[in-house]
Amino acid sequence: MKRNRLRYDGIVVAVPVTVPYVRYSIRSAHWFLGRALAELIKRSGIAKRDIDGLCVSSFMLAPDTAIGLTQHLGVSPRWLDFLPIGGASGVVALRRAARAVQAGDADVVACIAGDANQTESFRLNVSNFSVFSRDASYPYGSGGPNASFAFLTAHYMRKFGATAEDFGRICVDQRTNALSFPHALMKKPLTMDEYLNARPIADPIRLFDCVMPCAGGDAFLVLREEHARDLGLPFARVLGTIERHNAFPDDPIQMRGGWAMDVDDLYAQAGVTPRDIDFLQPYDDYPVIVAMQIEDLGFCAKGEAPAFLRANTMTCDGTFPLNTNGGQLSVGQAGAAGGFLGLVEAIRQLTGEQLGAKVPDAKVGMVSGFGMINFDRGLASGAAILARA
Amino acid sequence: MVKPLTAPRRKNPILRTRLPTLPPGARSRPALGMTAAAAEGRFALQTCKDCGTVQYPAREMCVSCLSDKLLWRDQDGAGELISETVVHHSNNLFFLERLPWRLGMVKLDCGPSVVVHLHADVPAAPARVRVAACLDRASQAVLVAFPPEDTPNMADDRQLREMTCDPKFRKVLVTDGKTAVGQALVQALAKAGAGLIWVGYAEPWKKYPGLEALKQLPQVTLVPLDVTNGQSVKELAGELGARVDILVNNAEVHRAYGIAARYGTDVARAEMDVNYFGLLRLAQEFGPVMRARGADGQNSAVAWVNLLSIYALSNFPAHGTFSASKAAAYSLSQCLRAEMKPSGVRVVNVFPGPIDDEWNQMLLPPKVAPGALAGAIVKALQGGVEDVYPGDVAQEWLVRWRENPKGLERELSE
Repeated sequence: MKRNRLRYDGIVVAVPVTVPYVRYSIRSAHWFLGRALAELIKRSGIAKRDIDGLCVSSFMLAPDTAIGLTQHLGVSPRWLDFLPIGGASGVVALRRAARAVQAGDADVVACIAGDANQTESFRLNVSNFSVFSRDASYPYGSGGPNASFAFLTAHYMRKFGATAEDFGRICVDQRTNALSFPHALMKKPLTMDEYLNARPIADPIRLFDCVMPCAGGDAFLVLREEHARDLGLPFARVLGTIERHNAFPDDPIQMRGGWAMDVDDLYAQAGVTPRDIDFLQPYDDYPVIVAMQIEDLGFCAKGEAPAFLRANTMTCDGTFPLNTNGGQLSVGQAGAAGGFLGLVEAIRQLTGEQLGAKVPDAKVGMVSGFGMINFDRGLASGAAILARA
Repeated sequence: MVKPLTAPRRKNPILRTRLPTLPPGARSRPALGMTAAAAEGRFALQTCKDCGTVQYPAREMCVSCLSDKLLWRDQDGAGELISETVVHHSNNLFFLERLPWRLGMVKLDCGPSVVVHLHADVPAAPARVRVAACLDRASQAVLVAFPPEDTPNMADDRQLREMTCDPKFRKVLVTDGKTAVGQALVQALAKAGAGLIWVGYAEPWKKYPGLEALKQLPQVTLVPLDVTNGQSVKELAGELGARVDILVNNAEVHRAYGIAARYGTDVARAEMDVNYFGLLRLAQEFGPVMRARGADGQNSAVAWVNLLSIYALSNFPAHGTFSASKAAAYSLSQCLRAEMKPSGVRVVNVFPGPIDDEWNQMLLPPKVAPGALAGAIVKALQGGVEDVYPGDVAQEWLVRWRENPKGLERELSE
């Protein structure tokens, strides 16, 4: 008998923090993570010794992991997790932290993500990303994720008749959203002509389909509702979350992610439908993955994202607000912190703490994560539905 | 369709010779199973002995049933190109210098999807393809997707030529022109389109049969070379070392008998002097300059071929001292291979069974005809392999040796 997933009643997220993104920095991942934790403490008023849960997401902590960071930062958590799983790390951190708080294993979990970026960092990361990529994809042109997503994009376009303009809509509208977001590294408007005429990177992927690697950090707290109220913190409720890894391994090429396996559970747990979602913060390492999330999360049928994008506007004041701070395509990809960017933005939109444009009257928002091109496809996926208190 | 390669223009001596760079060469130990097969020109994938699943990339366990009984099985490579890209940016210097680069994703009929280097004559996806494994400049196996049927000028594909050692338009040194094998090699290389062939000639005062015929070939120049004489090797390397793209060391001394039937060490010394020290002298004089020319334009230095013997794997007592000299040369060739690796210059080892020449008079057939041996060497250069076992005897010994080396030792002592 299939058991229903337990709800997250009484569990909330609060204190959305961003350590400002920079293209390059000589600081290490430890610095960005430490800044993120310091900011959480400062803004929440919680004493450092009272942070009894810690969840860390980073690619560049090596040779340290989360455990080394506890001594580095002088915290003594009774619950600790390390999530070097890239784009899904924000949702997964939220989900696991929420269960820990719910079960009483921790009172307050600091979820922190941060990565460094020096001129060599990105190349070093992609050249040694995984055993499978080292054996079976990097020796082929060494294009890194650009080449891997080029395969998925080319296939999706052929299969479903998507055009470059369809993907361009995502990039152009997200750029509009980014223009009012102070931490976005891209500060100029992007036109469709500029998008289409940008230099090719890995056909059919062009320059503005790619995120810019950078350094930065993002963080939030997970705690009980009454705890947040006592501290006087604005908060958002956790209505539902899912995660799924290495879904559909027999698909010859990726056309769908793990969301498609669990999305019905997600809406059932949250007690809402796609029509109730006021904004979507999908993981946007490349536009094709945004299209897949729109489909797999139930906003349209498989293969219909191109038509859906043509029928909607994705700006904050549009018919389908998408990545309301500009997403990684316009803000930058701060390594594993990129997996936190959409979640932190969702909390801001639902608590009224937005730094840029506001989605009018947003009550329910969805965040979606995706990551880890281990060989030929992204393995990690997750999604969460949050609601205004 | 790939256009036929045209003869390169003379090198401008003022321009700097580009230093060799390599594609990424790091591999896990399971992945080296594919390299082992590709070294011989085979495309093999891990196959589960328990459930039959064919998997890729290589793993420690069967992805389906978690058995650790994984066998490397040859595949025909048939599949469908399901997506492709041309990369205009790379994180690796080798590819960065050779952009744009065409790649594909192929769903193999045997199961897994694989990323491949995509031949220019494969049409846009979806398209049927034939996937093969070959060694790249980092000496590791990579997969290449070809059109199902051969196309004209297939070998001239720009990307493929970065993996093969095709003699076409290249300059070759054959170290000994007086033997039947040497002469067959020169003919085969000329036929394969070699631009220039220098043919070593140790004793210019002797009139060996066949040399006059070689001189008639427009590509051929006879050059004095005695591999037992360090000064001779040094002088030739000084004169043309910086132009040799492919060096084929076929010089050998071969006498019958083992230890007891021929008293003394003179013959064994002569064998070692040519078969082992000859290689060492050549490697010391030609190796460094060839290493420096691993990326010298369309006609870079690409290959070093050693004529060894299947007896290098296990001693054939009837030709005991010869076997020992070839075993020594084999071991040294592995050292040379390691030293050439950073340059991308491939060391190709050839392990023939008994060659049909005067020194194997007392052996019954099958024996390898010199022409067939030469053909096998040229084919190896045109492909992406580094170990060649020409002839039925060599093939059979290889299987016996792999299956049970001690057993082969016993059988050979009968």
